[in-house]
Amino acid sequence: MIDSVPLEWVLLVAAALFCVGLYGALARRNAIGILMGVELMLNSVNINLVAFWRYLEPHQVTGLVFAIFIITVAAVEAAVGLAMIIAIYRSWQTVNVDAVDSMKG
Amino acid sequence: MQLLVQVIFVLIAAEIVGAAVMVVTAKNIVHAALWLIASFCGVGALYLLLEAEFLAVVQVLVYVGAISILMLFAIMLTRHVTGKGAETSLYQRWWVGLIVAAVLFAAVIAPTVLAHPWETATAAPALPGETGQPAAMAGIVDLGRAFVEEYLLPFEIAAVLLLVGLVGAIVIAFEERAARRHIPTLAEEVAHRRQPE
Repeated sequence: MIDSVPLEWVLLVAAALFCVGLYGALARRNAIGILMGVELMLNSVNINLVAFWRYLEPHQVTGLVFAIFIITVAAVEAAVGLAMIIAIYRSWQTVNVDAVDSMKG
Repeated sequence: MQLLVQVIFVLIAAEIVGAAVMVVTAKNIVHAALWLIASFCGVGALYLLLEAEFLAVVQVLVYVGAISILMLFAIMLTRHVTGKGAETSLYQRWWVGLIVAAVLFAAVIAPTVLAHPWETATAAPALPGETGQPAAMAGIVDLGRAFVEEYLLPFEIAAVLLLVGLVGAIVIAFEERAARRHIPTLAEEVAHRRQPE
């Protein structure tokens, strides 16, 4: 892999995934859609970490360790975020983030 | 061989990005969740190609197995079955987000990545004993050892974080059922069942 595919290709794929996720997080009005965009961005960061580990420091474990920590934090974030979405739906009957504006000044 | 790896990489990359685009553009949120699963699987395949086998398995277990299913359940619990109003799922000024993402990719990330001289490690770690340099890749044994030695404190903090997330999710999503209908205790249930006799 590392002698046939340059590092830049992998980084560009991760960058494209990050930007697609960013667009999803910005443009979606559904709160679950926003969470999906955030998950895509976290995934792209993970690809970056693994690619840096493989291409630059294959003898260290730092890249893999950080990738696993990111997966852990992403799992926690998804669980708490979806619980909050369900709680919001219960009181507002919607998951549209534009409609939930009771804290608007 | 090199061409084969390149073709596989391009296919996986196209699958990842294509599925991600479908995630953010699909009108039906359930379809978006299914495309998200496809994108996660592609990322797992990319990990395999990058020789991070353990991470590929973790990716499939955690993302494909847990997070996607969690999202599907959340969609089921929060959405009217026919999905009326799902067509207007995009923000009114969605093109602002598109411009921000496109500019970030084309003007910031891509030039930086392409302009930076990456000092890639020497290709193909030498076989042990061949040049006197073992230069073995970090494997799963090293990973496990790192978690109980060098990264012990972050490991424990991650465990506590998982616990806090678990308790927090339960507390936030907990429904006060007692306010809606009476749940009989075991004694009441036994008394109720004995009554007809």
